[in-house]
Amino acid sequence: MSTAVTDAQPPLRARVAGASADACFFDRAASVRLADLVRGTSLCGELAKLSWRSVLIATASQLTAALALIELDGVARRLMVLPPDVDPDHLGALIAGAEIDAIVTDGTVPPQLAGLPVHVACTPRITPLAEPPRACERTEWVLLTSGTTGVPKMAAHSVAGLTAAIAPRAPADPIVWGTFYDIRRYGGLQIFLRALLGGASLVLSSAGEPVAEHLSRLARHGITHLSGTPSHWRRALMSPEIANIAPRYVRLSGEIADQSVLNALRTAFPHAAIGHAYASTEAGVVFAVDDGRAGFPAAFLKRARNGVEVKIVDGVLRIRSPGAASRYIGAGAQIAALHDGDGFVDSGDMVERHGDRYFFVGRKGGIINIGGLKVHPEEVEAVINGHPRVRMSLVRPKRSPFTGAIVVADIVLTAPSAAADDQAELRDDILKLCRGALPRHKVPAAISFVPALAVAATGKLARRGA
Amino acid sequence: MSIKLTIMDEMARVAREHGKTLAPLNDDVALLDSGLDSLGLAVLVARLEDRLGLDPFTTSDDVQFPVTVGDFVKAYEHGGH
Repeated sequence: MSTAVTDAQPPLRARVAGASADACFFDRAASVRLADLVRGTSLCGELAKLSWRSVLIATASQLTAALALIELDGVARRLMVLPPDVDPDHLGALIAGAEIDAIVTDGTVPPQLAGLPVHVACTPRITPLAEPPRACERTEWVLLTSGTTGVPKMAAHSVAGLTAAIAPRAPADPIVWGTFYDIRRYGGLQIFLRALLGGASLVLSSAGEPVAEHLSRLARHGITHLSGTPSHWRRALMSPEIANIAPRYVRLSGEIADQSVLNALRTAFPHAAIGHAYASTEAGVVFAVDDGRAGFPAAFLKRARNGVEVKIVDGVLRIRSPGAASRYIGAGAQIAALHDGDGFVDSGDMVERHGDRYFFVGRKGGIINIGGLKVHPEEVEAVINGHPRVRMSLVRPKRSPFTGAIVVADIVLTAPSAAADDQAELRDDILKLCRGALPRHKVPAAISFVPALAVAATGKLARRGA
Repeated sequence: MSIKLTIMDEMARVAREHGKTLAPLNDDVALLDSGLDSLGLAVLVARLEDRLGLDPFTTSDDVQFPVTVGDFVKAYEHGGH
């Protein structure tokens, strides 16, 4: 029983026609006037080849991905957009699971994708659109989740659902959106859609662009609305170039927004509206908090807001929303139920109530979020426990102003060591073992040797909040 | 060892462990140009808490995000106040 919106809407290209004639999308290398897309194409005259196909958008640039999304909504049967950080080893499973039979790129085709029957190139050079392609009324959009260790899950959305949280915009001063968040992930895609439907311009980052340069470009384009994760914002707050931008609206999403980052943004932008949104690839946009305080008012649980219902089961948020994904697609073990029997999505986000507010305290299952990269404590513990002098270990998050959290380890040795020299040497030795076996963000930042670790009645290590 | 020297020593160590090259440092160098990225800085702060017994960036909700190396050192010298 899903409440996902299924009503057909005009395709995105038709909605561009109603938007501001001056709106442009920019990246470091190019710009495209959206009005040119109404009767033009970025797909080198080959849009018709993609009609009713299941299309993978695997471009190097966000700008070409944005153009392809606009053109293929209402044309392709299914659209899957590939985020830049997906492991190439997972491509085979994703293509099979989503029945991909065409690919759009803006450069070379990765070897894993060379076997697809249809390949179309996308460029920011708009050429006239010869004839409209055969329409597909309800294009299914597929977004990849982050946070799993294996093949990402594929969440199916409709454009109606993806735009459910976007309020129609009253005509006012021109808006220029910017996003630190890649538009090929759910949080960034929301900004792309907001800009597009609101007739706003959009400034995108280019692959490998330094923060300072991105901020300078945002300043040059006169950014008015800017969005990123708390980690993106922390990094921006440490850049001298932040002084050159003056957004009217500052938005955070994708990670827990703590009070320190909200306060720092308030100091940096005293006149801006600052909001943190809570959203996920599966649940969609759940709510936005705009009172400048971390967490959210307990009153949000009392009644549906914008059709979105929130409840707490065993300390974890569950959401029923017209913006939620309708289902996971794919095969075999990939397919799990996205909703419970009542149509609620289990977010995996744990909350605690203090007074009249709820605060996010972490992920169910103890997954640690290091600046947007997920760490399962168990995989780090397994490496540490492989050291001959380690009896057991507990890997836990520690708050960090720079990445939200950082991984630290408490270690019980097989034979306690009192000598400081020996402890220092052992610490280095264990860290070396971790660096050899784990990516950088999973290596503990600090190690403490402790006499014992608490074990819960279940026989498992006691993890805070888990 | 002075607070500043301890910080410089630990910066060099974290850079080495993360395979990064430190820029020649002085107080005016932007922290993000030091050669350490956000993750490197987060690790640095965790290590310094072990060595100096202090994390000036999580003691209150009103953190001044350090922009330069000088800001960063000052946060430790002022004990987070």
